[in-house]
Amino acid sequence: MLIQRAADILSSEITPEDVYQNRREFLKTALFAPAAAMQGFNTTEKVTPYEYATTYNNYYEFGTDRGDPSKNSGKFQTKPWTVTVEGMVKKPARYDLDDLLKGLAPEDRTYRMRCVERWSMVIPWRGIPLASLIRKLEPLPSAKYLEFKAILARDQMPGQRSRLFGGGLDWPYVEGLRLDEAMNSLTLIAVGMYGKPLPTQNGAPLRLITPWKYGFKGIKAIVAIRFVETQPVSSWMKSWPEAYGFYANVNPSADHPRWNQSREQRIGEPGNPFLGQATRPTLMFNGYGEQVAHMYAGMDLRKNY
Amino acid sequence: MREWICAKTTDWRSYLFLTCTLPAALLVCATATGNLGVNPLETIRDTTGIWTLRFLLVTLAITPVRRIIGWHKIIRARRMVGLFAFFYAVLHFVSYVWLDQFFALHAMIDDLMKRPFIMAGYASFVVLVPLAVTSTKKWILRLGGKRWQLLHRLIYFSAAAGVVHYFWRVKLDVQSPIIYGLLLGTLLLGRLRRSIALASGQASDTGSSSVV
Repeated sequence: MLIQRAADILSSEITPEDVYQNRREFLKTALFAPAAAMQGFNTTEKVTPYEYATTYNNYYEFGTDRGDPSKNSGKFQTKPWTVTVEGMVKKPARYDLDDLLKGLAPEDRTYRMRCVERWSMVIPWRGIPLASLIRKLEPLPSAKYLEFKAILARDQMPGQRSRLFGGGLDWPYVEGLRLDEAMNSLTLIAVGMYGKPLPTQNGAPLRLITPWKYGFKGIKAIVAIRFVETQPVSSWMKSWPEAYGFYANVNPSADHPRWNQSREQRIGEPGNPFLGQATRPTLMFNGYGEQVAHMYAGMDLRKNY
Repeated sequence: MREWICAKTTDWRSYLFLTCTLPAALLVCATATGNLGVNPLETIRDTTGIWTLRFLLVTLAITPVRRIIGWHKIIRARRMVGLFAFFYAVLHFVSYVWLDQFFALHAMIDDLMKRPFIMAGYASFVVLVPLAVTSTKKWILRLGGKRWQLLHRLIYFSAAAGVVHYFWRVKLDVQSPIIYGLLLGTLLLGRLRRSIALASGQASDTGSSSVV
């Protein structure tokens, strides 16, 4: 019989060798570099042109074609805007958007964004770290997940009126995160991009950003945040469970029934397609493994897709 | 009949030929001038794909249109339009194999096995190959009209597989695939009704001259 003692230290808690070898250097950068740069929050990759990021969107409420949202969202009303905070939280209430975000400093973060449809962009967001919003709202210990709900506005959103035009998802759009995912320092509630307020087609006035997950996780035009005990069911999970799971982490080895996820097209940098430069390899967790991989230690991410 | 066989080379079909090259020509222009939109690869793939389907449907529409409007010469366009369907199918296939997958054989086989929509598209394309090869007068004589016609009924399968390929390819935006499916259904039902009518001897067989 093999008797094995459990390791008394988690592998994730061991400081990597290159870090402790260079601890003086590390202290210097930790003390003097801006926090965002230190933790790899800003990619130095070429930013996708604003024009592309605002005319090529998946936002089925305004139509399933990627050109539809910019065409059909021009009159969408984002003022006034209220967000309902409910469930297992100390301060459930209906907040005016300004009150909800009052006292929380927005940050600029340039993130990669990987769509499940095999394309990607690099977008400079401005937003509030969701962790600081959650701390302000004070969840109860029983809260394990966050459920986000987007607006239901049939009069303003043609995709919600017509099954054919909007793909027939179960409206309003719903998404969810585990509490630790929501608290991860990468997770952002975006209110702007490219130094401007968020355009309507990109999810104004507030949307979720989780750069290590596929883009559809980034629910737009949020009107409700609910703290819950059990795992929420997202709109895409409901509509096509074989293709869309709860986690939706970018994973080049977990296939989608429609798309092989091992490669992606970076919008705005097509390269020379005749020389095989149309696509590039997709990175695990979209390249944010350092910040997020520890949250999924021991999980089979092909099963928990 | 004689006029059919000794067709002048510069007749209306030349204009039709030029018209059929337009989608490809526009695509080449857009590529050269960098006007393929936000996602150039997708534009090339989707444009060639949708034109394949359109040309397949137009090919299938020629016989019924001929009967309805009574312009019999239109049958002379059928082979050309059918070959254009094949031409766009080749471009579509090449855009996948070369531009999208860059000849990554393993990834393509994986795609084929795992994704029914790829299989449907592949099937739709593969059956067009023998049809294109046997589209010449020589082959009609070699096979004999009846057998040739039988073989060329594969176009029904190709068009159906093409619509299925399109339908399975989209996520939930099924509007356009449904429209193409309805058009194809109408064309196929029309043929079915007609062949039933012919079998029961209610209509004269004007279809026999459509062999050439």
